[in-house]
Amino acid sequence: MVEYRIDRHSGVATYVQIVQQTKQALRLGHLEPGDKLPTAREVVEATAINPNTVLKAYRELEREGLVEARRGLGTFVKRGLGTATADSPLPGELDTWVAKAREAGLDRDDVAALFTAVLEKHFLNQHSQGEPS
Amino acid sequence: MTDTAIEADALAKRFGRLGRATWALRDCSFRLPAGRVCAVVGPNGAGKSTLLALAAGLTAPTGGTVTVLGTTPGAARARVGFVAQDKPLYPQLSIAETLRMGADLNPGHWDAAAAQRVVAGGDLDPKKRIRSLSGGQRTRVALALALGKRPELLLMDEPMADLDPLARHELMGVLMAQAAEHGTTIVMSSHVVAELEDSCDHLLLIGEGRVRLAGEIDELLEGHARVSAPAQSDLSPHTVIESRTTGRQVSALVRPVGTLRADWQGGTPSLEELVLSYLRNPEAPALTPAKSEEFSA
Repeated sequence: MVEYRIDRHSGVATYVQIVQQTKQALRLGHLEPGDKLPTAREVVEATAINPNTVLKAYRELEREGLVEARRGLGTFVKRGLGTATADSPLPGELDTWVAKAREAGLDRDDVAALFTAVLEKHFLNQHSQGEPS
Repeated sequence: MTDTAIEADALAKRFGRLGRATWALRDCSFRLPAGRVCAVVGPNGAGKSTLLALAAGLTAPTGGTVTVLGTTPGAARARVGFVAQDKPLYPQLSIAETLRMGADLNPGHWDAAAAQRVVAGGDLDPKKRIRSLSGGQRTRVALALALGKRPELLLMDEPMADLDPLARHELMGVLMAQAAEHGTTIVMSSHVVAELEDSCDHLLLIGEGRVRLAGEIDELLEGHARVSAPAQSDLSPHTVIESRTTGRQVSALVRPVGTLRADWQGGTPSLEELVLSYLRNPEAPALTPAKSEEFSA
């Protein structure tokens, strides 16, 4: 189950925050195909946002083929994102690398800058998918 | 069931006798579709409370008409919940007695569980008398009464004013859950825009007794643009709501007519910017559904 945290001052539209957090949960394997997303009622009761905002986010996720709405049952994950799930070695390798970087005296910003630079090199001209078109 | 929750046509309300009369509301026309969560925003004394009282059928209009859930406000009363600003409750009754009264007054459609949940959220002792409650606790009981009625339309005048931030967030969540589950139309007034921004999808901006803006918040925001241009630029044919010249630049909030020059574009305003621009400029033309042809022009 995913729990949405809405940051009112982030400057990112509320429905986009829900889309991004769902994708993040899919990437990290916290949500897997077949899992049910919280109902609009559950989300708005916890966050006090407008129900239509949740529905708009779910429609966007559906449009991207990530989830599907089943009438009367709820919204379910259709496919995952990325391969960095729990049984993949990748998260562990990154963890080891970050621990090494820290030992070498790099602080959080140094690590982030290094990581971003490598990301840029490998994914040239590919922008983050955070903002749905 | 009708798809319109409230429809006002040239609605007007005058207080006082001729000669010294003041118009609390005049020439007020708008349509609120059912199922929306509507913010009624405006400065103190703008006419928000008068409008809500007219929709609740507590006062009669001086001119024009207001239709509620497809009928007159009086006939719709059993289907409408109203939380007035001063939260009128019987001070000598206990909380439990107040809720029992709610059940008696709404035979056949009283949701005891919903009312109980709202009261329980505040850790209130049901045996406590209304007179011993704080303002925020009284708000909670008034809200419990209104929600227990399972209304199709819930009208609330400054419902959040007395509540601490925690209670405000919790009760707003309760209201949103009500809207999500039952499709309840919710109308709430406030002069604090930021408080309503995430919860509401529809806006009614009232200023000096008139409707200045009415419509879906997303559409209203997209219908306006912030503009930044060289100082002597001619901003016509766009409708200028507000403009300010600093040095060689003019910054303005406009309703674009046709396409806006790409190099002027400064993005979509926030809800607060939009509301403040209209309130600072009382002469700026109103935008209500009756005049929405401007959108397509």
